[in-house]
Amino acid sequence: MTAPGQRSRTPERVFYALALLAVVLPLLTLAGLLYGVLQNGAERLSWDFLTSYPSRKPLLAGILPGLVGSFLLMVLTALIALPLGVGAAIHLEEYGKRSRWSRFIELNIANLAGVPSIVYGLLGLGLFVRTLHLGRSLLAGACTLSLLVLPMVVMVSREALRTVPHHLREASYALGATRWATVRQIVLPMAYPGILTGAILALSRAIGETAPLVVVGALTYITFVPDGLDAPFTALPIQIFNWVSRPQRGFVINAAAAIVVLLLTMLVLNGAAIYLRNRLQRKSS
Amino acid sequence: MRASDAISMPHTAQRAEPAIHGTPPWSERAAEVLLAACGLVTVLTTLGILSVLAVESFGFLRQVGLFALLFDTQWTPLFSDKHFGIWPLLAGTLLTSLIAIVVALPLGLLSAIFMSELADARWRKLLKPALELLAGVPTIVYGYFALVVVTPALQAIIPGLSGFNALGAGIVMGIMVTPMIASLAEDALYAVPRNLREAAYALGAGQVPTIARVVVPAALGGIAASVILALSRAVGETMIVAIAAGQEPHLTLDPRVPIETMTAYIVQVSMGDTPAGTLEYRTIFVVGSALFLMTLCMNVLSYRLARRFQGNR
Repeated sequence: MTAPGQRSRTPERVFYALALLAVVLPLLTLAGLLYGVLQNGAERLSWDFLTSYPSRKPLLAGILPGLVGSFLLMVLTALIALPLGVGAAIHLEEYGKRSRWSRFIELNIANLAGVPSIVYGLLGLGLFVRTLHLGRSLLAGACTLSLLVLPMVVMVSREALRTVPHHLREASYALGATRWATVRQIVLPMAYPGILTGAILALSRAIGETAPLVVVGALTYITFVPDGLDAPFTALPIQIFNWVSRPQRGFVINAAAAIVVLLLTMLVLNGAAIYLRNRLQRKSS
Repeated sequence: MRASDAISMPHTAQRAEPAIHGTPPWSERAAEVLLAACGLVTVLTTLGILSVLAVESFGFLRQVGLFALLFDTQWTPLFSDKHFGIWPLLAGTLLTSLIAIVVALPLGLLSAIFMSELADARWRKLLKPALELLAGVPTIVYGYFALVVVTPALQAIIPGLSGFNALGAGIVMGIMVTPMIASLAEDALYAVPRNLREAAYALGAGQVPTIARVVVPAALGGIAASVILALSRAVGETMIVAIAAGQEPHLTLDPRVPIETMTAYIVQVSMGDTPAGTLEYRTIFVVGSALFLMTLCMNVLSYRLARRFQGNR
């Protein structure tokens, strides 16, 4: 579609340049900031940094408890949030029949997705830490993160279930299969790549979360690795928060190095999600 | 998903159902009940949020009263001379959020116009995921940027800018919510019927006047929805302001001085060791309730606007 070309093109060129600048400016800012963080953090990144405990001396401090904590939180969150989220998605997509109750759940999930993450932290503090007496433990943190990512898991799983063509279900019914057998043997295997990709993206969001874990009571100075579900814990973002808040330059450099580790972890997760999606899609087609 | 995709979705009313002869096997029933229970968890989450916030807030209101919360102008629950006026925290939250929107609205809207109206498909394919990358960066990282990079840079330009301030935090928050406005506004612009543009061209309007006077006004509902949603996200955003905006609740709209937002206050109390059941402990749930209500209203408003706009097509 081209506009009439009688008049001068200059205002359009200016507008085009302005709009292009608006897109590129945030991206360039981000790129510049990331470069800065890499430059700052590079000098501290070493095997010792990954395998040491926090210390009062910035040069000796490391992120081991944070790394292990984040890893355990991610595994536990996956174990809790994925079955619940995929289950709820199947309930809505395959069993929902557009009932009032399903609509209510849908609306509810849409609302939950917009609740600030720190409010989930308050929920975790009131429900898991106090009412259910889990204490400020790894399990309480993982439960809180699970509820936080649940709406996202449900939404991406529903998207994936929707991509399965309906005639496959009908063919299965025609062969006498029940609804559950159809879901288990036809629908889920076909939706699997989409669900997996979405789940990894949701988990990658979970490991970047800081605020809810602060409220639930992750510790900032911890000199051991959690040894059970009821153990106190810390996480990588919490460690970064602690270091950023300190006035000494050495700790700010530590924070930059820890940010590099966090971003690399997320990059690997996102890359894995894209790789898996492409690979599994090719296999199934 | 684009709004137009909704039209091509299969209509569920015509779906086939499995034929059931006699009683279904027990596994069938068990699966159905278990799946329904998963759906129930999401509803219980909402109930959990509501009841946790309500119980602690009522405890607070019984001790302090609504009057003190709404008509005091100081917020000092952690001092010996306690005041519980929520306005300083509200002012801090509104200030940082408004700065964020002032940054994000022009950037986001122009990006949306670029992707929807000006760029060819190749550019759009490249730019959309790139912008989404911005939204995927953890907020703790943005907080580091605000404190360590942006604020020192601003201090070089603005004399008298404090090390903790609303300006740096707000600007970084604006960059964070830009992709949200860009993405939703682009959907809205893209959904404007093509014949409106063609009619404008037929009347002799150039491309820029067409965008400014026809396409953007037609998409205004969706654009407003995107801005309100971004505002809601900014109000609930925690780590950037907790790190870079300060921990001093002031009733001020001066972007150069340290302030404290509602979310940052919750973090401040959580970092300390406040025993459950105390008044200080309850204050974070009161602030959380206010936060929850504010973001809920904005989300619902945004949803309604977006829906009404789609209905008009």
